Amino acid sequence: MCPECDAAVPLDAGVERGEVVTCPDCNAELEVIGLDPPRFVLAPPEEVDWGE
Amino acid sequence: MILRGSSLRRLKKSTGVSDPMRVGILCSRVRVEEKLLRDALVHRGIEVELVDDRALTFTLAQPIRRWDAVLERSISQTRGLAITSVLEQWGVPTINRHAVAATCASKLATSVALEASGVPTPATAVAFTSEAALGAAEELGYPVVLKPVTGSWGRLLAKINDRDAAEALFEHKAVLGGPEHSVFYLQQHIDKPGRDIRAFVVGDEVICAIYRESEHWVTNTARGARTRNCPVDATLRDLSLRAAAAVGGGVLAIDLLEDRDRLLVSEVNATMEFKNSIDVTGVDIPGHVADHVRRIARGAPVAVGA
Repeated sequence: MCPECDAAVPLDAGVERGEVVTCPDCNAELEVIGLDPPRFVLAPPEEVDWGE
Repeated sequence: MILRGSSLRRLKKSTGVSDPMRVGILCSRVRVEEKLLRDALVHRGIEVELVDDRALTFTLAQPIRRWDAVLERSISQTRGLAITSVLEQWGVPTINRHAVAATCASKLATSVALEASGVPTPATAVAFTSEAALGAAEELGYPVVLKPVTGSWGRLLAKINDRDAAEALFEHKAVLGGPEHSVFYLQQHIDKPGRDIRAFVVGDEVICAIYRESEHWVTNTARGARTRNCPVDATLRDLSLRAAAAVGGGVLAIDLLEDRDRLLVSEVNATMEFKNSIDVTGVDIPGHVADHVRRIARGAPVAVGA
């Protein structure tokens, strides 16, 4: 479930813990913290030192 | 996640490799790039551990040496630099080396290194007050580009077209305050032909390059630029290797600008993203990086380009 809007968030095959997915209902960025069952937290917002 | 036991043995058997090597991939998020790098290393029979930098704790007197090398892929430059400084002190080879990543994390340090090595780069000035920055902008000539010293993905870039805009922007920075706004890094604006070039350097080789095309003057793919293969000719190869060598070498993405009939190096990136560059170039970028990581883990000296 999306922690922002409670929508069910489908996971594509091959998704791993630590990946970021988008909630199909509210577009929140979610970090996958569990796979069986799928669990999510809101992904942290971009910070000034993030990048390449 | 560590691939080990029967899965790893099956893979080693299928690839004919019996390398006991163990590599850590330091990351904050598992993005496409980290999965591709992990898979490329595993395909070479290397045991891989994805190390979440948010969960790490280092006790400095208790060195962790379970990795033959660590590939630094932190999304946070601050975190990546802190961790590689500790790992290097413990004798764990890191890709890239801490000093290289530190140079690339600072646009100012990169510019200094490029200038010191005679690598052509846009005219650059640095100032520390809004009044001094105004003088520097006037001297460079409008338009000038204001960049944060630390930053990526095209964040907070400003093209300043005239003195009025310069005064407003510099006043905003002065009022906002904070260390990140106290250094004014200004660069000559290059009227590039709707694109820039990114060259991928791995060790002493330029493995491929792409054009990043956009109608906007900012041509980062994070800002929506399209990618297209860019043939690597002798000029591009030579300049890219010189830029890589200037910052200390390693696995690097060199950003270049076409300024009429010459190329200028604008930035060097130490934690390069490449998911949009594999298909257009046809080059196995993660495979090249994995080969480089394996060489470093085996104790090979770090090549520093040309």
